[in-house]
Amino acid sequence: MTGFRRIESGGRVDRTLPLAFTYNGKALNGFAGDSLASALLANGQITIGRSFKYHRPRGFLSAGLEEPNGLFTLGSGAMTVPNAIGTVTELREALAARSQNAWPSPDFDVMAVNSWASPLFTAGFYYKTFMGPLQKSWMFYEPFIRRAAGLGRATEEKGNQRYDQRNTFCDILVIGSGPAGLAAGVVAAQAGARVIIAEQDFEAGGSLLCMNIGALETWRADCVARIAKCSNARLVTRATVQGLYDGKQAVMSIVDPATGNVRLEVIRFAAVINAVGAFERPLVFPNNDRPGVMLAGALRTYLNRFAIAPKQRAVIVTNNDSAYQAAFDLAEANVAVTIAEHRSSSSGELLAKAAQLGIAIFPNSGVADVLGHPAITAVRLGGRHAVTIECDALGVSGGWNPVVHLTSHGGIKPNYEPRIASFVPGGFAEGHFGAGSVLGHFGTLATIRDGVKAAQQALTYLDLNDGEEIEFPAIRADRAYGIQAAWTPVEGAESGKAFVDFQNDVTLKDVKQAHQEGYSNVEHLKRYTTLGMGTDQGKTSNVNALAIMAGLRGIDVANAGTTTFRPPFSPMTIGAIAGRSIGKHFRPTRRSPLHDWNEKNGATFIEAGPWLRAWYFAWAGSSPETAYIKEMELVRRGVGIADVSTLGKIDVQGPDAAEFLNRVYVNGFAKLPIGKARYGVMLNDDGVVLDDGTTSRISETQFYMTTTTAQAGEVMSWLEYLLQCHWRDLDVHVASLTDEWGGMAVSGKKSREALQLAFPDADVSNETLSYMGVKDVSFGGTTVRLMRLSFSGELAYEVHCPANYVQSLWEHIMRAAEPLGIKPYGLEALASLRIEKGHVAGLELDHRNTLDDLGLGKMAAKEKPYIGKELRFREAYQAPDRWSLVGLELLEPEKKLRGGSILFAASDEIKGHGRGYITSVTWSTELQKFIALGLYQGGLKHEGEEIVAAFPLKNEQARLKIVSPHFVDREGARLHA
Amino acid sequence: MKITCPHCGDRDWSEFRYGGDASKARPRHGTGDAKAWHDYYFLFDNPKGMHTEYWQHVLGCRQWFVVKRNTATNEMIGGGE
Repeated sequence: MTGFRRIESGGRVDRTLPLAFTYNGKALNGFAGDSLASALLANGQITIGRSFKYHRPRGFLSAGLEEPNGLFTLGSGAMTVPNAIGTVTELREALAARSQNAWPSPDFDVMAVNSWASPLFTAGFYYKTFMGPLQKSWMFYEPFIRRAAGLGRATEEKGNQRYDQRNTFCDILVIGSGPAGLAAGVVAAQAGARVIIAEQDFEAGGSLLCMNIGALETWRADCVARIAKCSNARLVTRATVQGLYDGKQAVMSIVDPATGNVRLEVIRFAAVINAVGAFERPLVFPNNDRPGVMLAGALRTYLNRFAIAPKQRAVIVTNNDSAYQAAFDLAEANVAVTIAEHRSSSSGELLAKAAQLGIAIFPNSGVADVLGHPAITAVRLGGRHAVTIECDALGVSGGWNPVVHLTSHGGIKPNYEPRIASFVPGGFAEGHFGAGSVLGHFGTLATIRDGVKAAQQALTYLDLNDGEEIEFPAIRADRAYGIQAAWTPVEGAESGKAFVDFQNDVTLKDVKQAHQEGYSNVEHLKRYTTLGMGTDQGKTSNVNALAIMAGLRGIDVANAGTTTFRPPFSPMTIGAIAGRSIGKHFRPTRRSPLHDWNEKNGATFIEAGPWLRAWYFAWAGSSPETAYIKEMELVRRGVGIADVSTLGKIDVQGPDAAEFLNRVYVNGFAKLPIGKARYGVMLNDDGVVLDDGTTSRISETQFYMTTTTAQAGEVMSWLEYLLQCHWRDLDVHVASLTDEWGGMAVSGKKSREALQLAFPDADVSNETLSYMGVKDVSFGGTTVRLMRLSFSGELAYEVHCPANYVQSLWEHIMRAAEPLGIKPYGLEALASLRIEKGHVAGLELDHRNTLDDLGLGKMAAKEKPYIGKELRFREAYQAPDRWSLVGLELLEPEKKLRGGSILFAASDEIKGHGRGYITSVTWSTELQKFIALGLYQGGLKHEGEEIVAAFPLKNEQARLKIVSPHFVDREGARLHA
Repeated sequence: MKITCPHCGDRDWSEFRYGGDASKARPRHGTGDAKAWHDYYFLFDNPKGMHTEYWQHVLGCRQWFVVKRNTATNEMIGGGE
């Protein structure tokens, strides 16, 4: 019978600090220093989950980060954390863990029927079932598959976890605190460098923690103490370096032991030492996934670190020397051990020690089958010795894979190293160094030597003090590491499922099938079989898989290559990546200088890009649908005031300012008189409209440009680009005033009266301030810029001034014009008034339309050059059937028009993308009907025609008439009044 | 990753915007036919290795400048104007 027992003494657990936790609701106990995995094993929980596709019983394969099987859901409700790796989850008081992918329990799982239906789930299952002629079957199968397959489920409740991020800096980042990392850390720290040593485990020491050697523990503790003494060094446990990025930057996630919350640190380092170690890899043989089958190194870790041993008997199967150490340690803990050795022999020293400990060795043998259900009860060997051995656990070692993930993040592919039958880093970028088993150097003393050397190299690279030698632990010399690659099962193996990827349930047969079907490139193999795609990203499976594929293709493993390694190295909660950039902190919010006034005076706000803008005001109604109509009527009949501070505002100054604008705008600005404004349109180099706005000439050499709210930043950057990179002969400077200045539109028949009341000393008569006239007046100690511009089509002015004065200016005008009934109006009315007037705005200026599409072609100067002129006249941009601007009137008064509706000719079938769409829509107070602006194939050539607007989402259709986009005051009489 | 602004020195990459290929000569204003502008605006090499390009320190001093960047490793040389 499978079983593990906690040994009464030894290990690194603190028996004086018991911890109570729950597993699937059951109360269990462990000790401080336990991982969730070791605590479960100590409590006899061998089967801890079901596999992804076949729902086969699974136990822990490893004792570390590479674990494919032991995933748990921690916590409950809003604090649920799915897919936590049990082998690296530190046990804490009251931890609540649940198994995943098993219903109702791991021991009795109804979905295990998948095991019998397994032909359905072989390689390429998803492709074959859901692609091609049967595509629609995905719709049918998806809910079933999502429920049946899949790992843990995230909560849909809003959690109150807090994720922090911070930036840190160091001279040398040491990744890993095994013998190599500790040695490097001590040398670098004692030389005075600013050092960060990152350790993903909750204890420093790496492989030293799973050995049971007093001298090494002394050395380890001494290193940790030395580093602690250096104020310039920081040894961080529970800290996983998730990615190495260009420009010497790393991202590290740190788990808070009390809460499990994750903090992210972005580290800028000057040099990095990769001392990340190696993962042991399994062997591929039938039923190698039975609970109780573990990596040999994991058995050793559970024994030495957590004081957990197989109850009576263990079998070790190996193709290399490292597993003997596990066998020896187990034997010394009174476990009866048998070794199945793939090789014909191993070193005399190992054989002698084995004999001394009473360990039987079967050379030229491997595992033919694993017996027992759900967990292991016996192992049947194949190869030369076909014997069956009862056991509590099977320790497997296929060799060690250096952790080449991080060193590959910069795009450096790993190389195959036949000496260790695995991959090593293919090189290091400048300032990057490696030490220890990541380089394929196994043996504790060798890795310590590596660490010292790497630290010295890094110190030299940084021109810092030379590092001093450190004391080495007094242990026997390293044993040589011998291995003979073994990728496939031994002769005589049963036909049962031999797993390559445990987490994704990919078997040897699947890899063979992928090869037969032509998916033999490693990247294709991955996508076709899902091998290496789980949360473990194939840490225990990738090398076996690509070596098997290389064998099937008859090529060297070196030539098969690896798949691409990408961050994060280990699964990380998305919350840690988002950090505090959530909710209202997702992006900055921009507020106008009138925001507070608007808020106090009944404005409802709407997000417009990053801006919060006043949408409508309470005086006009409690919903936007009704309020904006009253606000429009206010402007059309009396006078209203609106916040336009969000407009881009750019000060353009210099002797060549007029020439500059003349090049940028399609229409002429060279001869614009002082004291006049002009509407201008600018194009990109490709002839598409970039932006529009009004620019005023303040003096011979000064202009005041406005841009749309949305394009303010883009236009500013564009002007700077032209001046700094291409037109350096022009003597012009531009400065953004978008934040420094603010403004308001005073609009309506009575707007001139309003200004007269507000500025009794200024002459604002039609004669001195005619349409498009501009005038600076001094008022209350500041400059107030009066511009007779109209977005609404009514007599109107824009009044701008420095931002700090905007609110008092606004309040002054409101007070002065109170007898005229002035009231504020919001963005909805502002936008609706411009639709009635036929002014294009952001919805029409969508970076796909040309001047001609928008009916603005006549504005462009014939003679003078301007940006975009040459490409504007490309054939396709002049095609007669281009979608261009039209006005639209609803012919069916009982219906409603919606923005985004698709336009069709009356005779068209209502299907597909139609002949255009509605860009902007509003109720017209002037015409008492719904009107719209839209783009329609052929544009105003179809004026007067009746067409159809379809809104398929609501299954609506309405008849429309194409009209001029200028719905009100086509002659402009109101503007000039 | 850091980028060297010729005015401000080393700053985090997130303060900058990319501004396109700087190896191509922009036709002088008011000259060049549609073909010249088409080639300038639409035709680019996509080299693996060193690439001359414009960047702007848009969240800093707003300086535009030219650097050579290795498109495979993001190593940058220059920061000359």
